[in-house]
Order: sequence, then C-alpha cells, then structure tokens
Amino acid sequence: MKALLSGNEAVARGAWEGGVHVGCAYPGTPSTEIMEALSQYPEVYTEWSVNEKVSLEVASGASFAGARAMVAMKHVGLNVAADPLFSLSYIGATGGLVIVTCDDPGMHSSQNEQDNRHYARSAKVPLLEPSDSQEAKEFTRLAFEISEEFDTPVMVRLTTRISHSKSIVELGERKEVPVKEYVKDVKKRVILPAHARERHRFVEERMERLRKYAEEFPYNRIEEGDPELGIIADSVAYMYAKEVFPEASFLKLSMVWPFPRELVRRFASKVKKIIVVEENDPFIEEQVRLLGIEVTGKDKIPLVGELNPTRVAVCLGVKKEEELPKPELPHIPKRPPALCPGCPHTGVFNVIRKLKLIATGDIGCYTLGTLPPLNAMDTCVEMGASIGNAFGMQLVMKDDKLRKKVVAVIGDSTFFHSGITGLINLYYNRGITTVIILDNRTTAMTGHQDHPGTGKTAKGEKGREVDLVKLIKGIGIEHVYVVNPYDLKELTEVIKREIEREEPSVIIPRAPCVLLRRGEKFTPMRVIEDKCTGCRVCLKVGCPAISMRGDKARIDPFLCTGCTLCQQTCPFGAIEFVEEK
Amino acid sequence: MTKSIVICGVGGQGILVASDILSLAAMYSGFDAKKSEVHGMSQRGGDVISTVRYGEKVYSPLIGEGMADIILGFEKLEVLRNLSLLKPDGKVIVTDTRLDPLPVACGLDEYPDDVIGWIKKNVSDVHVVDAVKVAVELGNIRVTNVVMLGALSGHIPEIKKEAWEQAIRERVPQKYVDLNLTAFERGCNIS
Repeated sequence: MKALLSGNEAVARGAWEGGVHVGCAYPGTPSTEIMEALSQYPEVYTEWSVNEKVSLEVASGASFAGARAMVAMKHVGLNVAADPLFSLSYIGATGGLVIVTCDDPGMHSSQNEQDNRHYARSAKVPLLEPSDSQEAKEFTRLAFEISEEFDTPVMVRLTTRISHSKSIVELGERKEVPVKEYVKDVKKRVILPAHARERHRFVEERMERLRKYAEEFPYNRIEEGDPELGIIADSVAYMYAKEVFPEASFLKLSMVWPFPRELVRRFASKVKKIIVVEENDPFIEEQVRLLGIEVTGKDKIPLVGELNPTRVAVCLGVKKEEELPKPELPHIPKRPPALCPGCPHTGVFNVIRKLKLIATGDIGCYTLGTLPPLNAMDTCVEMGASIGNAFGMQLVMKDDKLRKKVVAVIGDSTFFHSGITGLINLYYNRGITTVIILDNRTTAMTGHQDHPGTGKTAKGEKGREVDLVKLIKGIGIEHVYVVNPYDLKELTEVIKREIEREEPSVIIPRAPCVLLRRGEKFTPMRVIEDKCTGCRVCLKVGCPAISMRGDKARIDPFLCTGCTLCQQTCPFGAIEFVEEK
Repeated sequence: MTKSIVICGVGGQGILVASDILSLAAMYSGFDAKKSEVHGMSQRGGDVISTVRYGEKVYSPLIGEGMADIILGFEKLEVLRNLSLLKPDGKVIVTDTRLDPLPVACGLDEYPDDVIGWIKKNVSDVHVVDAVKVAVELGNIRVTNVVMLGALSGHIPEIKKEAWEQAIRERVPQKYVDLNLTAFERGCNIS
C-alpha cells in the first residue's frame, strides 16, 4: 500500500516496521512529528522526556535490557545528548539503538546551522542520510539491524526538507522482534578507564568493519551517466543536483560515515571531473580531498543557508544570476511571526518593557518578545540559558540599580528541560535573581506537547504531574508567586517588589496557551470611537488584533480573545467589551 | 514534465491542508508527487509557503526562483513576496485578501497600494477570485482554502475530479467533508 508521508512520519513508520519497542524525544522543530507519529502505534512505548540527554539515557537503558529503542531530536538537541552519545559509542548496543537528528539548514526554526554529520565522525558511529520519505522509512528500519549486527548506536540524519517534505512511500508490515534476555556485562557497560581502553580498541575495529559495509551498502550507489561530469551528493542535495544535472554520472551517498573511500575512488576513476553537492559544511568534500582527488564544492556552493535547485544551478554556472526572474516590486513589509492575540506572555513583556528591565531570555514562543513593539528581551542563547545568564550578569554589575534590573525569563517546558539546574546553581551560589517562569501549561512553539508540569504523557495518558511551586520551594527558594498574566497591575507590583529583594525569587505567570483554548467562545473588545484619541498606545501592546484604521484604533473581532490587555493600557478608557447580542 | 505549484499566505489560513489535498490528488491521479513546507516558528502569524510538485518522476520537493508554473495566493502581499519563484510564462491565482503584518498594524511599516496591480504589472496571466466571499456564503470562512483549490482545478485538468474528491475526503475531518466538497465545487465554478 502507498501513502504520502513526511520524512518524519516515514521515520516513525520505519521504526515501527523494524520492531521498535521504545521511543523517546523532547520536542524540537523540525523533529517533533517523529515521536508524535510513533505515539500512534499501540505496540510502542513512547515518551516526551524532559530533555534530549534523558531521552537517550532512557533509550539506551532499554537497549541494555535487550529492546529496540529510538530517540529523535533537532540538531541542537544532540548537543544536550552528546555526553551519553560519546559513551554509548564505546558501550555499543544490545537491542538496536537509533538516534535520529534533524538538522536545519536555513535556520527556519533554530539558532544555528550546525552540521551533525560531524557528530558521527567524532563519536565514531555510523550515519545514514535519507533523501526522501521512502528512504527515511527504509533507513530507519535498517538502522536497527546495523546497530545490532555491529554493536553500535546508529545515527540517522534528516534535514528540514526531508523531515517536512512529503513523498510517496510503499508501506510494509511490522516485524516483531523479541526483547533479548538481559545479560550482565560490566566490561561492556561500565566504562571504567580499564574497560574503556578495551572498548576503544573495539570501536576502531568496528568502524573498519562498518567502512567495508558502507562500501557495499546498496544505497551508496553509482548511477552511470555522462563520464565528463561526476556528482557526489547526499540527503536532499542529491535531489537538487538530479534536477540540475539529469545527464551526469552520480555517486549517491546514503551512508556517509564511515566514509566509503574505495567506492569514491572507483567513481572518481570513471569520471573526468567531480563536483560535491552538499548542504552545510564540506563534510564529504574534505573526505574526497583526503583521497587526493580534486573536487569542486564549497568554493562554489555556499556554506550559509539552504540550497534549492535554482541555487545549485546558479552556483555551478548552469544558469546565470541575470537570467533569473527579477520582478519589479514595491517595498514589501516583512511578516515576522508574532505572539498570538490573547497570548498569556504578552502582558509580562509589556511590564518588562515598561519597567526597563534587562531580561535574559530563553527558547520558546516567548523569544518573540524580542521583536518590536515589545523589545523586551536582551539575550537568548540556548535551552535553559536564561537563569545562568542572569546570575552571571548580576555577579559583575557594580551598580546596584542596574543589577536589580536583571530578570530571567523562561518557559515552563524549557524550565523542566534545563532551567532547573541553573536555578539550583543560583540558589546555592547566593544569587538574588528574579526568575519569571512563563507557565502556559504546554510546549507551545513546537505544537503543544505535554511535559512534567501538565502530567499528561506522549500517549495522551495520565502520568504524574510535577508541582512547579513545590519543586522550587523544595530547592529552598522561599519567594515563589503564581500570578495572573492578564492582570497588568498585579504583574507590575509583584515584579517591582521581587527585583528589589536581596534573595532569589520566582514569579510564575500562569494561564494556558491561548491556542489550547480553541473552540472557546470569546467575547471580543471594541474601540469606542468617540473616546479614542488615536494616541497609538494600544499598538504598543503587541497584539496582532489591534491596528489603526485612519486615525482611530480598531480591534479585529475575529482575532480578539477579550484578554483586556489593551483596555488596561488605554489611557482614555476607550476600549470596552462588545455587548453580547 | 514536472509541474510546480506554490501555495502561499499567512499562518492559520489552511495552506498546509490545501497543499496536502493537492499532493494527494496528484498521487491519486497516478503521478509521482512531492511537497515541501516548513513548520514551527513561522506559523505564529508569519508568512507560510508550501510547494507541490508532480509528474512522471519528481526529484526535488523544493523549488527556487523561476521554477513555479502557478502561484496560488491566499493573501495578495504574499504573492508579491514570492513572485520571483514564478516562471516567465507562469500563472497567478489570487484572492483579493489583505492581512496586515504586525509591523504594518503597529504603524512601523506600510502595506503597499494596489498590490493586484503590481502582480499584473509582472504577470500577464492573473486570475483574481473572491474565494473568501464564497466561503462566507457557505457559512465558514475556514473553507476558503478549499474554494481556492476548486479555482485552481480548472487550470490543472490532469488532476482528475475523483482524485480531488478522494483527497478531500481523506484529509479533512469527517464532519466537514460535505462542506468542503461543496466549497470545492463552488471554487470550480468561480474560475
């Protein structure tokens, strides 16, 4: 049977067909739908783990105990899980262990364009790279077999265009694989230096055996064409190159690590000239160069940004830049993403801006608080950074007034992911930071996944709910306040009071993400035209439902949720609820 | 011959559902089909674009400048933003809808005048359809996306009627199937 699946759905299907028992993930674009899709299969245990490191630890535990397990994460998630990854390379796998990483060339939803192929090389594990959904399914299924045959974790790398593109997939059935009996093996699984020295020797031998496997891997294939031009490409770049050079000879690489050097040599001997087409870093190109083979690659193809067929054609001189359409256009305003109308974060950022605070930020929808008109965030580094960043800034700020302007802003899911360690550090080392945990009861940005604070599991079942207030009080922090994020007066008072305190405190503005309230009937607000002076103060709230019509403000009744932030802001009392009919 | 269709607009307009239906319909018409889209941050009121490609054998799911046969625009400014993707002899089907980006709503930027005029200045084959009006008449503005697919269908007769119907049945929630089939029918008659 055929189906149109995204790369992410196909990975989940491949894992299911391959008999996976356990799947763990922390949500992160573009990887999120893998675990969402896998959660639909009743045979598989799936979970939202608190972070990627824990994901990999749970999955490797399942592998120790003889089950097939998979983790999925976005590229930067693997930084969090890198510690177990490097150890697990030595330990190997008992039940098949597969690590799916979704890179984001073009940074559609990420802070960097890191190339996770480097992880396969430095951790010394094999890497498979599908170039469409059919391959995503096949390679994931195969990855479990390779993992068990070679006693190794296996990485599968997708990119945004593989994860979020849909193509036709031939579906297969599930092959049940029994969970192996647990056998204690400390020389393998306790990596004391004495054991690790042995295991490292094993790893190097394993990689040599895997290289031979890669040489024969049927998806690393030579497609004979015009001998004048040979193209080596992986992932979606292979597809772009096929569009641009339909006549050329191709070496399609699907298992790029360990690098199949004999296959590349054989290909090079058949063609006159070689071009490597790849996104991100010159990973394949450098390997080819190490063989003493001359290639064209990143001297023509950019390191920065995402490719597409036109870009490939222009870079490699098949098309001229001048030949591309250059429509005659007026100035086109940008359409940046924004906090939704009725978002519970908006009020907090209004107060932060008004009090002129220095806010260290974090990763989530609320990162949008950086943009105008809110302009209410000073830093954003990675998951959980806000608390450590705020503490560090305060450590060195001599001016007490300035020092007390620093607050950390973090979301509920991000706090559980890796904010809590920063908070413990801050408490222990005598910090005084005010931490604001924006608790919207979900992981919103990635499409509303549950987390420990919601107490619901990835399967939608009842788990155990972690009580945020008790947790924080348990650290020893005395000042913890849950506040209504739609009450600007209360928010202002509490924040003003807490930043003055010579002790750490945590403020939790708590209300569910407005997108979770779809289906609720909201009473919208309206502008009383006679009272509106056109002062534009309400526009600074940063609500997409408000705009100017002529010299009066107007509220879009279809977008407005009646949150009253604009009403509380209007100096002339010109905003009221629409009367119910 | 591979056909490339761009669907563009603003987060929340049902663009991803529309491109799903189109690619399923292409598959049910016997073509190889691929589509690309981006999730995540851009969906928070940002611009959204999805590309559908179908034909004998499709390699890339994504297109670059000068590769689109048709742009199906759910918001007119977004058509302008993506106009460089269109082939020189390409076609635009657009609904005359204006949605102000936040910087415009806040008074920090301006929405250009006569957007449809700008589109026509660059493209000779432009079809302006009032899909929103039809959707409102049907009592649910959210089916605008399927009305637009109806308007598109006349321009791509290689996608068969039964395939469209099968794709709509598969992709929209059970209780909205009839409404969407009517919306599609009305869209067919617009063009």
